[in-house]
Amino acid sequence: MRTLTLVRRIKARPSIVFEALTTPEGIAGWWGPDAGPVLFAKTDVRVGGCFRVRFRMLDGSEHESAGEYLEVEKPRRLVMSWQWTAGGEPYEAGNLSRLAFELEPIDSGTELTLTHTQLKTEASRISHEQGWAGAIDKLVQRFSYASADHHEQT
Amino acid sequence: MVNYRASQLDRTFAALVDPTRRAILARLEQEETASVSDLARPFVIKLPAVMKHLDVLDDAGLITRAKRGRTVTVHLRPEPIREAADWLGRYERFWSRRLDRLASYAESKEAEARRKKR
Repeated sequence: MRTLTLVRRIKARPSIVFEALTTPEGIAGWWGPDAGPVLFAKTDVRVGGCFRVRFRMLDGSEHESAGEYLEVEKPRRLVMSWQWTAGGEPYEAGNLSRLAFELEPIDSGTELTLTHTQLKTEASRISHEQGWAGAIDKLVQRFSYASADHHEQT
Repeated sequence: MVNYRASQLDRTFAALVDPTRRAILARLEQEETASVSDLARPFVIKLPAVMKHLDVLDDAGLITRAKRGRTVTVHLRPEPIREAADWLGRYERFWSRRLDRLASYAESKEAEARRKKR
């Protein structure tokens, strides 16, 4: 089972970041991974409430994800289940993962910690059962640096 | 979103499960090319067992073997492992881009809120 953790310092107070994470207007302002539009966003921000967001990427492909709010502590913490319901990664269709946002107030605004866990793909299942994940990290890292160099050259 | 070839990924990860095979790949990464007997030397396991590991790596497309006279040389094919590394990094790239967009959106809202206050 793989966990992804990312930390960002944002020059905005936690309540503003929380709104960006939870309101349809806020989500429409950033949700897609590129400049393509968010086509719709529905949120029912309470424990047990659902969200559904559909966006189009610049390449024309449309992707939709949905889930349920598991923990809501405005404006500090938001935990939701998350899965692709259209588009996304084809072999992850139907796989549920867990997404947590922690918003820590700091002098300059907010320190946001994103944790994405339970990525139950076939490969992550194998990795969990066989325990290679830590062991091959170094090997894979070297190759990904090599790969990054390769991409820069092309 | 990048479309990864799931069957190749499964083969790559399955091949990487074994520590002996990872050691062989790590060595080939340093030397690019080695003979089978050179590769077998550091291991306590016997040559036929090493040959079996090489078969798995070959089937997964991670190495190629060439026979020259009586020696078999082994070459690394790094592309599938790069693809696997890429796959492992995909969520990080995906969320990283989105958090950049979230940050700039929230920062513009913050600036707006401060302007209104004045």
